[in-house]
Amino acid sequence: MSASEWFREDRLPHIYCTGCGNGTVINCTLAAVEEMGWKRDETVFVSGIGCSSRAPGYILTDSLHTTHGRALAFATGVKMARPEFNVVVFTGDGDLAAIGGNHFIHACRRNVDMTVVCMNNQIYGMTGGQGSPTTPPGAISTTTPYGASEPAFDLAELAVAAGANYVARWTSYHVKELTKAVTTGMQTPGLAFVEVRTQCPTNYGRHNKLRTVPAMIEHIRSHAMLVEKYNRLTAEGKPIPEGTFTVGELVRRSRPAMGVRR
Amino acid sequence: MQGNTACAEGALAAGCRFFGGYPITPSTEIAETMARRLPKAGGVFISMEDELASIAAVIGAAWTGARAMTATSGPGFSLMMENIGYAAMTETPCVVVNVQRGGPSTGQPTRAAQGDMFQCRFGSHGDYSTIALTPNSVQEMFDLTVKAFDLADRFRVPTFLMADEIVGHMRERVTIPDSVEATSPRPLAEGSLPFEANENGIPGFAPFGSGRAVHVTGLTHDERGYPDTTDPEAHDRLVRRLVTKIESARRAIADYEVMNPDAETVFVTYGAPSRTVEQVIHDRPGDSIGHLRLRVVWPFPEFALKEFPNAKVFLMPELNLGQMVREVQRHVDQPVVAIPKIGGELHTPAELVSALEEHR
Repeated sequence: MSASEWFREDRLPHIYCTGCGNGTVINCTLAAVEEMGWKRDETVFVSGIGCSSRAPGYILTDSLHTTHGRALAFATGVKMARPEFNVVVFTGDGDLAAIGGNHFIHACRRNVDMTVVCMNNQIYGMTGGQGSPTTPPGAISTTTPYGASEPAFDLAELAVAAGANYVARWTSYHVKELTKAVTTGMQTPGLAFVEVRTQCPTNYGRHNKLRTVPAMIEHIRSHAMLVEKYNRLTAEGKPIPEGTFTVGELVRRSRPAMGVRR
Repeated sequence: MQGNTACAEGALAAGCRFFGGYPITPSTEIAETMARRLPKAGGVFISMEDELASIAAVIGAAWTGARAMTATSGPGFSLMMENIGYAAMTETPCVVVNVQRGGPSTGQPTRAAQGDMFQCRFGSHGDYSTIALTPNSVQEMFDLTVKAFDLADRFRVPTFLMADEIVGHMRERVTIPDSVEATSPRPLAEGSLPFEANENGIPGFAPFGSGRAVHVTGLTHDERGYPDTTDPEAHDRLVRRLVTKIESARRAIADYEVMNPDAETVFVTYGAPSRTVEQVIHDRPGDSIGHLRLRVVWPFPEFALKEFPNAKVFLMPELNLGQMVREVQRHVDQPVVAIPKIGGELHTPAELVSALEEHR
């Protein structure tokens, strides 16, 4: 099997804008699926609404493109009814953290055995670039024309607090690390949550002086700090640069999980 | 047995093996019974975080091929509207029980009503059709739950059991058969596309794991299941089919009782108010009073009204301020009189007799 066999070629061309990071995330996820040796007819991709959520429509498996925010609830039904299926959820920051916030924390609490990959581009991309719950303070969007004034959610920390068995965060720059994290998540019984900070040059970068794809990716990469380094600096009382976010494995544990293959 | 328990037993007898729900009065006994019984029957009960998630989990389970159900009441039913539209659009067979209570909003949690009869028909956005059944006894809480699963599977449509607090909580003797015959959706034929309709307008069903790589989306989609959101013809073809597959089968789906078809004064009822009409007819043996009792209200069987060729007036007691009465009005030339009652109690026989005498 190769990852290209998992694409629905008759759906191409895809809807993603030039320079979008979502393709990278899909590619890394399919590389992880390949690493796992999963079969196509035992694998189900589930998603909600938004750019991220179009991903299952390009993958040649059974797939459920659902309603905004509800992907994890649908996926819970699929996985609980048929634990032998491998279930992967693609979601985004608006889908998961805004309208789907309640389903997110409860899916983590239940620790249903599935892998959730969140393409966090810090913006509502599909609707043209409105501020989301992960838009950083000060960032310009069409609904935050004077700069975002609300604090942003840290999705990975939220998943840790809510009880997911595996939580990692990487970026669309860190493709090898991301693939490995998704693979580890798939291997870990219980809910695996992988947040991917990814670029939306069209609807985020354009408004925030990050017009080119390399500029956006470099911006994301340069604000990522390994969680081990972050913890060391914090313990030493050293300053953390503004806008820094942690990357790496935030938790791997074995709380009781639901819907694990019998 | 209590009506809600009979509903759960009917679901189990019909082969329901997945229940996702959220506690809400006056439907909770259905969830409680399923929580107790499903694990022993090899099924899954899951208490979801809200009704949005309950119906979502049910739809997810349905796509694995399981018979799946949820039960709720008005406030939860309102939350479910989003994914009921999704189930209609994606032609997902599933059963939603609404044990109706007084509304709007939180209303009267422990009191009966029939206030959601239009919501179950038109509650989600866009054009679609569904099926709604209306039990009037504990026995029918069992029987019509079984039937709801069959209709959901045959027509690939979310199907509603529109009960109310009275039938949900009343206790009556019930006969439970040793086994019930269950239909299942017609499988997707080799060479057919996942959303390509057969001659009845209903596609074959390939649940997940069938090896057919079915893409399911709430977006307007073509016969392959692929989004096609800008072609007017693709949308017209899909949505018209979703409506027509139900509306054109009105006679096959219809289920009603006719009493005294020669009568000039005819009660039209569904659900609990029919019990009072039955009492009135029983109490006045010499009086010619017609009664049309609907067990299926949607799709509306307008031809059933023609079973009363001498009818001069139709009387409609409902536990709302007049909902299904509008549907009857649009199909007959005779006067149709609403006898609305809200607050949670059934019409008394005396109230119906007085309406009868006023309008005949």
